[in-house]
Amino acid sequence: MLLALLALTLVAVVLALPVLVQAWSSWRREHGPLFRTRRVERVMLHDPGRERRAEQRARELLRSCVNDEEWSMYRDLGFIKVNGKLADGSAPRRPREAADAPEPEAPYAYLIYPHKPIVAFVPKTRRLLSEYCVEFPDLTRAISHSRLPDSDDVLAKWMALTGDERNLIRNANMHLPGRQIDPGRVRRDLWRLAEWERQRRSSGSYEARRR
Amino acid sequence: MKPGFGEVLLTEGDPRVREDEERLVEEFRRQLDEGMWAAVPTVGEDSGRREAQMVQRYADIPTDAERVIFFPRASGG
Repeated sequence: MLLALLALTLVAVVLALPVLVQAWSSWRREHGPLFRTRRVERVMLHDPGRERRAEQRARELLRSCVNDEEWSMYRDLGFIKVNGKLADGSAPRRPREAADAPEPEAPYAYLIYPHKPIVAFVPKTRRLLSEYCVEFPDLTRAISHSRLPDSDDVLAKWMALTGDERNLIRNANMHLPGRQIDPGRVRRDLWRLAEWERQRRSSGSYEARRR
Repeated sequence: MKPGFGEVLLTEGDPRVREDEERLVEEFRRQLDEGMWAAVPTVGEDSGRREAQMVQRYADIPTDAERVIFFPRASGG
């Protein structure tokens, strides 16, 4: 009796095998790509060096594009100052020989922070004018929640400001100072910047005297 | 500039060579069609300071440009 039951079970399994294989194949067709995509994303997210390598490349790119003074400013202070050029009384042009020297004071200027709004201010009085919130979103959505490395974000803002200030400002959302960045922090940064520029000028003149 | 990756070399070539130029033009158009902005690092003629020039057509790229940098289009944050 037991032997007969076992034989019947075996026959049933063999007969059902094609149906089971077909069901398994169609289930994999439906769910397989999803699982593969998730697995790829997980691998990418678990690469701890990817963002660090990207940031390193971005720093090199930034350094190769901006002026020496601006690169040193970013390296030492974490932001870059760019003079505005839309005002009538913008800074006078200087001779080519003076390219390494700091730019003359402009009626207004911007502070570029990585992944923070651009802050406009008056260099002469250090009065804060406005915040310009601007992003460079991932259009391809290659990696979910990915964004530009810090230095790339700074470079993108720098290129857009020096290349087409009016267009960037038009694309940005303007707010009063203090919306996203603490005004106290910006004032401290402006003080740090003034000290940094003073030290740089004095060390520059010392170097010139030595020569 | 690619979010999550940073700098990625898209293509390179000598624009004076026809095959290279066709490839460069094709890539330039593809990037702009994908909504990227293009900029060329330059040196201001009068000031001698480095700045960027935004380009919207391949013909706008200065002949002595060494590279064109594409980055995502800005939007209000």
